Amino acid sequence: MIGRMFFAIRQGFRNVGRNHLFSLASIGTITACLFIFGIFYCIVANFNYMIDKAQTNVGITVFFDTSMTEEQILQMKDAIDLRPEVEHSEYTSADEAWEDFKEQYFPDGDEGILAGLDNDNPLYDCANLTVYLADTSRQSDLIAYIEGLDGVSEINSSGIIADSVTDFSRLISYVSMGIILILALVAIFLISNTVMIGITVRKDEIAIMKYIGATDVFVRGPFIIEGMTIGLIGSVIPVVILRLLYTRVVDFTLTHFTILRNVLTFMDVSDIFRILIPVSLAAGLGIGFLGSYLTLRKHVRV
Amino acid sequence: MIVLDNVCKTYSTGVSALNGISLRIRKGEFVFIVGSSGSGKTTLFKLLLKELEPSSGRIYINNKNIGRLRRRKIPKMRRGIGVVFQDFRLLKDRNIYENIAFAQRVVGKPAKVIKETVPQMLALVGLADKAEAFPKELSGGEQQRASLARALVNNPPILLADEPTGNLDPDNAWEIMKLLEDINKRGTTVVVVTHNQDIVERMQKRVIRLDKGQIVSDEKGGVANDR
Ligand SMILES: Nc1ncnc2c1ncn2[C@@H]1O[C@H](COP(=O)(O)OP(=O)(O)OP(=O)(O)O)[C@@H](O)[C@H]1O
Ligand SMILES: [Mg+2]
Repeated sequence: MIGRMFFAIRQGFRNVGRNHLFSLASIGTITACLFIFGIFYCIVANFNYMIDKAQTNVGITVFFDTSMTEEQILQMKDAIDLRPEVEHSEYTSADEAWEDFKEQYFPDGDEGILAGLDNDNPLYDCANLTVYLADTSRQSDLIAYIEGLDGVSEINSSGIIADSVTDFSRLISYVSMGIILILALVAIFLISNTVMIGITVRKDEIAIMKYIGATDVFVRGPFIIEGMTIGLIGSVIPVVILRLLYTRVVDFTLTHFTILRNVLTFMDVSDIFRILIPVSLAAGLGIGFLGSYLTLRKHVRV
Repeated sequence: MIVLDNVCKTYSTGVSALNGISLRIRKGEFVFIVGSSGSGKTTLFKLLLKELEPSSGRIYINNKNIGRLRRRKIPKMRRGIGVVFQDFRLLKDRNIYENIAFAQRVVGKPAKVIKETVPQMLALVGLADKAEAFPKELSGGEQQRASLARALVNNPPILLADEPTGNLDPDNAWEIMKLLEDINKRGTTVVVVTHNQDIVERMQKRVIRLDKGQIVSDEKGGVANDR
């Protein structure tokens, strides 16, 4: 049994070596296919990761009617905190809002103009509650709930932005899936041709094997190995390239777009490749297997 | 051992190659099949190897109806039949030793058995000193002996030879025939298709004559007279 497997593997490698040109074309196509897949995967995964981060950081801000007392607002806060989609919330009184405002825009303390306003808070109606979500996908449920509460005057949320960003990343996924599918089909077609050449070259040998009483598995084995070897090589190359590129691109972006540093939090290399490596290898091997198997089923039967 | 019951074969082109063949070949027999070109001899062999399916009729090998055989079981059935062709069909990129060992690898024989059996077979067909040679370095007679060794290395109970001497000069042809007779004496059932009248007459074996896909004569010690 083991001897038979070695026979198949040896023959399979020999075949890959024999038809360089078609083997190279097949490897190239699979590489392109999985390279594109890898790039889009990195982009989409990071996109979703950043949106997730951004949404939990931003949360939603609730403003109240001026008739609401601080006590009433804090009661409402307790009710909101009990909602399952809420992580926690923070209350900012009108006075605190004014202090924050002053600190943010006049950090040097231009006391002259501002001091006069301290007793007549221009932000008297800006007491607010910032709610941080545990589950951003249920943001709209929470907004509907809060809108229904008495005394709420306005709700600010990043929901619309988040939605359009999500739509955009979904569009990228669909386009990339389309491209990947087409390339995968081309790869299967090329592998099937590569294997077909092998079958033609070894026609006599196959005929003799059949007369001697070789099983389908035995005759097909080397060709399957050939196809899967091509698939494997074609999936290792893009993974290696992407691994080399990923850290570089991340470093480049972070050093050249310093302003975006707070927005752009990239996923860890290991998190990306923990998924990308097995998926790419499986896809490469799968394409290689399909390409050769479909041809063999048609042309090599006992 | 081999039984054909009213077997017909019509190719998809409409050519009717065999028209109701019934015959019985017993275990250990030596049988010649003769007949003019196109009379259906090779077609008959292809049916026995299940490379083709008969259009009608039944074929039994070792009391098994091979028409009922599942596709998965075909290789096993073929391992019981050795085949030799007029054009030898050796693998050109392997030496003689490897060509014969190939037949054992295909059926999954362990390396140890291969190492023992191949030299025995080479000795049997008189090619002990040609193990390392490639097919193109051998004479036609030597190549046919090598292909005979390959057909017999797995010890099949039946040997089919389709014009094994067709490409050989009379001396080599006679050598091969003697070899086939030896193999038959060791218990293998041998069926030989040939056009060589001389040999058929000298061997004095059972002769089945086909004409236009039908058996026209079947005699022990028969004389091969092409019309
Ligand atoms: N694959 C095929 N498709 C269609 N017709 C075929 C095929 N093979 C053989 N034939 C026809 O079937 C008939 C019998 O052919 P077969 O090869 O059995 O003859 P044969 O007795 O072996 O002849 P020869 O002595 O020349 O080898 C012939 O008329 C041949 O043309
Ligand atoms: Mg013939």
